[in-house]
Amino acid sequence: MAHEHKLEIFRGLVKFKSNTSKIWGVLIFLTIVTTVEVALGIVKPAVLIQNTFLGMKILNWIFIILTLVKAYYIAWDFMHLRDEKTALRRAIVWTPIFLVAYLVFILLLEADYVYEVYKTGFVEWNF
Amino acid sequence: MDSTVATGSEENVWGGGNRPLGASYGKLMMWFFLVSDALTFSGFLAAYGFSRFKFIETWPIADEVFTHVPFFHGNFPMYYVAFMTFILIMSSVTMVLAVDAGHKMKKNAVIWYMFLTIIGGAIFVGSQAWEWATFISGDYGAVETKGGRILQFVKADTGERAALADFAKEISSDREAHERKNGIWYYDEGYQTSYNLNEVVAGLKANPNILIRTELINEEGEKTLLNREETLAKINDGVMVVEGANLVRNEYGSRLFADFFFFITGFHGFHVFSGVMINLIIFFNVILGTYEKRGHYEMVEKVGLYWHFVDLVWVFVFTFFYLV
Repeated sequence: MAHEHKLEIFRGLVKFKSNTSKIWGVLIFLTIVTTVEVALGIVKPAVLIQNTFLGMKILNWIFIILTLVKAYYIAWDFMHLRDEKTALRRAIVWTPIFLVAYLVFILLLEADYVYEVYKTGFVEWNF
Repeated sequence: MDSTVATGSEENVWGGGNRPLGASYGKLMMWFFLVSDALTFSGFLAAYGFSRFKFIETWPIADEVFTHVPFFHGNFPMYYVAFMTFILIMSSVTMVLAVDAGHKMKKNAVIWYMFLTIIGGAIFVGSQAWEWATFISGDYGAVETKGGRILQFVKADTGERAALADFAKEISSDREAHERKNGIWYYDEGYQTSYNLNEVVAGLKANPNILIRTELINEEGEKTLLNREETLAKINDGVMVVEGANLVRNEYGSRLFADFFFFITGFHGFHVFSGVMINLIIFFNVILGTYEKRGHYEMVEKVGLYWHFVDLVWVFVFTFFYLV
């Protein structure tokens, strides 16, 4: 069980001697990621805001991807999913990912449709 | 932890007497709860996304809303939220260190790390409460239109936001407070703003330096500023003065923003609060030596999973409320 920990992160790129030092290593990584996010949120570089990719600002893509990276390390190392059996890990991770992707897709598509209805003036709302 | 270990030799994984997922009943149930809770939070955040996409052109800009740091005056977008995020990640670290110490049966280390986790959680909940209080009391004040849109005020010469107190004209009038014993008994007066609409309109007309900023976001990603003529025309749409944010009115823009903010951060804050309480119970059990007698610290591990989950949710709330 969780007694023996897998001590390498970044797919074996960084290896730690003990679980404790791995925890501190992950903290440093998460802190760096958060600092980058906040700095980008305050500076808002024009290049990243004016250009879009797949209908979303590049800056927002960066925020969402960095969030998923943080979530991965919290779940894998703090919640020690890394040390659990593959079947348990997949059951925990893929169930929400599938359902959330589905829900978000439906709701955002629908909201975009509602926005178009408002915008093309069939409904008066900005007065 | 291994209280139900099979006595027989290693056999086929699904052959019975073995645990296919290698986790105890309690841990599986904690994961089961966390997955369902994750779906609940996703539902809230997806609903937030729905409302935001519906009003994508007029949604409030978070850095203009959360600009406060306790004990400091000025404009500090995001700094305090970043600090709160760091506190929560840090308390997640002390929690996982407590779990690690538990595996090694180091009672005193578990006690200290759990203590630090509880302190971190308390700082986070306190910060969140402070942020709510600042959001509820508001800073500049605004006027709400017939259509429920918000008009904010800006000083033309400096481009800074203007508070109602900067330009509203005091008009003395006799106003009698509505009391339940004299008026309609089931009707409360509600909250009163520091200036009424007439005073704001009179002040706006008398002060050529004040312009209106609408909710609409322009191409530069900023709120649209009207010129003086448009300002004087637009103020005629105003029906009431709004100060601060609550579930019905919101001086910062769309009221849905305030509704979702209070609901989602409130629900998360409730989780943090519960987490601190559960941590506290486990903390006392550790001190009393319950787990030392039991021979394993799996309860610390289970409450740890819950605590990390709270951190995990915050990572998403942080992104979708403050950054994106």
